[in-house]
Amino acid sequence: MASLLPNDHLERIKGWGGAVASDGYVWRPSTTDQLKDVFALAGESKRLVTIRGAGRSYGDASLGSENVVLDMTRMNRILEWDPATGVIRCEAGVTIEQLWKYCIPDGWWPPVVSGTMYPTLGGVLGMNIHGKNNFKVGPIGDHVLAFDFMFTNGETRTVNRESDVDLFYAAIGGFGMLGVFTSVTLQMKKVYSGFLEVESIVTKDLHELFEVFLERVPQSDYLVGWIDAFATGSKLGRGQIHQANYLKPGEDPNPAQSLRVENQELPNNILGFFPKSVVWLFLRPLTNQLGWRFVNWAKYLASAIAPKGKKFKQSHAGFAFLLDYVPDWKRSYGPGGLIQYQSFIPKETAEAAFRKQFEMSKANGNVPLLAVFKRHRPDKFLMSHAVDGFSLALDYKVTESNREAIWKLAREMNEVVLAAGGRFYFAKDATLTPDAFKRFLGAETIDKFLSLKRKYDPENLLATDLSKRLLGDLHSLTNRTPSQVSEKVESIIS
Amino acid sequence: MNLPWKHAIVLGASSGIGKALAEELLKSGARVALVARRMEAMESIASTNGDKALVYAHDVRDYSAIPRLFQQITKDLGGLDLVIYASGAMPAVDEHEYDFAKDREMLETNLLGGVAWLDEAAKRFEQTKTGTIVGISSVAGERGRRGSPAYCTSKAAITTFLESLRNRLSRYGVTVVTIKPGFIDTEMTRGKPGIFWLISAEEAARRILDASRSGGTAYIPGRWRYVMFVIKAIPSFVFKHLPV
Repeated sequence: MASLLPNDHLERIKGWGGAVASDGYVWRPSTTDQLKDVFALAGESKRLVTIRGAGRSYGDASLGSENVVLDMTRMNRILEWDPATGVIRCEAGVTIEQLWKYCIPDGWWPPVVSGTMYPTLGGVLGMNIHGKNNFKVGPIGDHVLAFDFMFTNGETRTVNRESDVDLFYAAIGGFGMLGVFTSVTLQMKKVYSGFLEVESIVTKDLHELFEVFLERVPQSDYLVGWIDAFATGSKLGRGQIHQANYLKPGEDPNPAQSLRVENQELPNNILGFFPKSVVWLFLRPLTNQLGWRFVNWAKYLASAIAPKGKKFKQSHAGFAFLLDYVPDWKRSYGPGGLIQYQSFIPKETAEAAFRKQFEMSKANGNVPLLAVFKRHRPDKFLMSHAVDGFSLALDYKVTESNREAIWKLAREMNEVVLAAGGRFYFAKDATLTPDAFKRFLGAETIDKFLSLKRKYDPENLLATDLSKRLLGDLHSLTNRTPSQVSEKVESIIS
Repeated sequence: MNLPWKHAIVLGASSGIGKALAEELLKSGARVALVARRMEAMESIASTNGDKALVYAHDVRDYSAIPRLFQQITKDLGGLDLVIYASGAMPAVDEHEYDFAKDREMLETNLLGGVAWLDEAAKRFEQTKTGTIVGISSVAGERGRRGSPAYCTSKAAITTFLESLRNRLSRYGVTVVTIKPGFIDTEMTRGKPGIFWLISAEEAARRILDASRSGGTAYIPGRWRYVMFVIKAIPSFVFKHLPV
């Protein structure tokens, strides 16, 4: 008989966006031995295991309703660092924040970062995150030299591209379905200044946004676009692009100074006195369709009247971690939280598909409050979200009354994305259906992924609310033999 | 009916108000664990609801089985946000009858089973800082009537227990609801004398769930609040002469 789990480990866990939540039995191991114990306990109590990093995925990727939840944030030691080569080895619970703060004084910066510095490296690998430089350097997985990987039976293996090519390209981006990253070896990027050179470019509509992006790509290290999603008609897609480039050796007269952590830190106050920690509270009454129509309009206006072609210096952290400027900003969205709908669409079809998404949102009565645009390139990872094209990330406020409409809108937009040959990203997802999941990845990819899952997690112990949502039946098979599981897998795929 | 709950346990789901509540929750799209002694009635509900309805044969007086069963059910449901205690016993008691076996059955089923199950629910919801607990008490708990001393006692006690839970748990964001039905058309009341303002179990279930969104104490139907206000105000020296 399955043993009882202690009640004091039970916790309500929310997806980062706050729109989805579930209850799980949370353990926070600090050593690999404790990690093994958690897998053993899950086996004894016949529970599935959900691997969770910092919980920064917007949707249900790190939730596991009624599962044993393995919170990796205490395994956060930096194990080895070579400032001559820029190779660093860290435990998987180390965050991007720890990483950059540790390395930047030696002149190294993480090769790929998300818009927030709080994800753990384990989460970063599980989702295979991209940055504003994806078109140039690929996802984080392309910079991983090796990782230690623990399987559900407690065995650990060191994996690199050569030793285990299939596992390497499936575990990275495999959303915690094959095993748990216990440590990561990463190649950092050499930088010669704490600053980037940034230029802002205003674009008057969606077409111009695409044109400027394509024109700027060859000479940029980073490119990101913001779009005023409230603009319609001939102004649809108007926005602002930020291009950033590294400084070359010698361009910064005093790199030792600009590379100091304190010169990278985001400011604590706005205008020098207003504490940032309470800003979300003041944003809250504004965070609705009308308020953000104004915010978007004002932002566009400010960028339109700013002098053209002027370049300015910005710290790496200041440019990269835009989402961390206002702490707890998601709380301004209120109790229903937010979801982000991000799709990745090939360059040939992207403009029309994104235009359609804006129009559909407007028709649905829920215009995204924030819209962000990036350029991508394909990669070799099995469950990749990347395409040779563009991505558009749309933030929707969720309330009790609009929830159904938003989910319906997302399902309708899925059709547009799939018809355009697009893809989706598990770190952001909260609404994808099993059908859309199968169609964007294709039967062959899913079959390959599930056959690796059968091999490395034969008891099918690893699951999240996201995987239950997308793989459905597969997770009811915990207590069955591998051959029964494999039969079921065949039937799900077909 | 559009209801906020996705995963519910209904104790006493084989008949009466409990059955109607389970059916109403299933209609709203929730996954529901039906728990009662009699399997047949529950299985007929389960057979028409696919994997949305799970059934468990259990006597609420089997206290030692409850913690394990509770955890099993929450696992099977895949979560929990509502627990309704609707198990109840009201055997016919003659005005001159002092039958300890019957009294014990009522106290154990109406009160102790409720305490045992709702303790588990409270323990969990205090941890997860969410959830709704609904206890079906009765207007019968408001006065000690001559009709059935143990029944009135059990309902008075469960009312107080629910009030205590509410006072403990509201600070954690947990909603505790005390339901005081008047006369509902169920097996329990059928054929009994002095019944009026009867509403169907289905109608009662809809009103109970509607009232459970907001917490506190709800009389079903609502007019019983005013009736009981008057009845509670009757002095004892008058009340003992009344044929209720």
